[in-house]
Amino acid sequence: MKVIDAKGLSCPEPVLLAKQAVAEGEYPFQILVDDETPRENILRFAKNNDHHASLIEKDDHYVIEFIR
Amino acid sequence: MKKLTKLAVLLTGAAIGFAAILLVITGNPANMGICIACFIRDTAGALKLHTAAPVQYVRPEIIGLILGSFAISLATKEFRARGGSSPLTRFVLGALVMIGALVFLGCPLRMVLRMAAGDLNAWIGLVGFVLGIYIGTLFLRRGFSLGRTHKLNNFEGAFMPGLQVVLFIMLAVSSPLLAYSEAGPGSMRAPIWIALGLTFVLGIFAQRSRICQAGGIRDVFMIRDLHLFWGNIGILVVAFVFNIATNRFNLGLYHQPVAHSQWIWNVLGLMVVGFGSVLLGGCPMRQLVLTGTGNVDSAITVLGLLVGAAVSHNFGLASSGDVYEEGTHIVVGGGATPGGRIAVIVALALMILIGFFYSKKPKTKISQ
Repeated sequence: MKVIDAKGLSCPEPVLLAKQAVAEGEYPFQILVDDETPRENILRFAKNNDHHASLIEKDDHYVIEFIR
Repeated sequence: MKKLTKLAVLLTGAAIGFAAILLVITGNPANMGICIACFIRDTAGALKLHTAAPVQYVRPEIIGLILGSFAISLATKEFRARGGSSPLTRFVLGALVMIGALVFLGCPLRMVLRMAAGDLNAWIGLVGFVLGIYIGTLFLRRGFSLGRTHKLNNFEGAFMPGLQVVLFIMLAVSSPLLAYSEAGPGSMRAPIWIALGLTFVLGIFAQRSRICQAGGIRDVFMIRDLHLFWGNIGILVVAFVFNIATNRFNLGLYHQPVAHSQWIWNVLGLMVVGFGSVLLGGCPMRQLVLTGTGNVDSAITVLGLLVGAAVSHNFGLASSGDVYEEGTHIVVGGGATPGGRIAVIVALALMILIGFFYSKKPKTKISQ
């Protein structure tokens, strides 16, 4: 599975990486973030564009998996 | 996960608009209830980083915003010291944003407050702000990035909030080490506990809602998302209503408080602010709030804003309000200085260079 590491990147880079991965169309893929703001931005992006994304909380970061 | 809705952003904007008018009523300068750029500039003056006598005062509003965000991020365990993402470039960008803001005479927050008070110069400046943000998004599409942040010792993240406590104590005891304006905008002050209290609450709201004035417009261009944009609407509408209700609305280009009517420099000044804010990942207010959450890159940016303010006043780059022939609309003085005009052009050129230097073309084009 494709994993995109967006940890430590400033807004709006993580959500743009998610958008880019969606444009490439290789599902499923995971995007890793370590801050609440990009986490919310990516989940909102998924919801607004009818993508199915789930959130997994790890010790020091979040994994957002796009199924479709 | 707590779901943050656009209502939170809208309410934060509304609270900012309301607090700004209240701070004007209780003593702050007209159309300047809260202005991040002006108030960091005043603080720079109080610390004698510049010696422009009318704009020297440690503004509790800056302290309140940082400390409110600091308190809530500690309470919600979102406080995390992090930094190391091109710090010196961020410092320079912060300084450039301040230089642009002081050519216009206000940050994005004051721009909206001036718009809400009928100052048409701010509506004209908005065009530059939006254009600057659009130029910034072109670089983001090219893969612009200042690089990753890394975890740091928590003391590093708490340093700037701690410094705010020291500054507030010095202000509260009227420390003779600080400078205090006796005339001009720096002498017009809301009571310190009201200013601190209101902005402390705003800092909490702003941290929770993630409000960002530049981000609101940037996200419309980049991901067709209006979420953050509602913050600007909240500020505008509430400040407009209260300006009308308290007889402070004055529609026009002339005789606006602490403003000039040179449209080209209003546009270009705010273009620098919009462009720089996108490259930095947030507007000046957002940088203060992120500073409170332990983001040292934002703290460096705030220091850049502080030094940019000192540079602006020490080298005659900051504009001044229009001066009129008595009883007329004929402008006989004020406005952008020759140095300020050159500085704005240089700032735009530097930002374009920074934009190219930090861009790498993504493999897949990010479409609109």
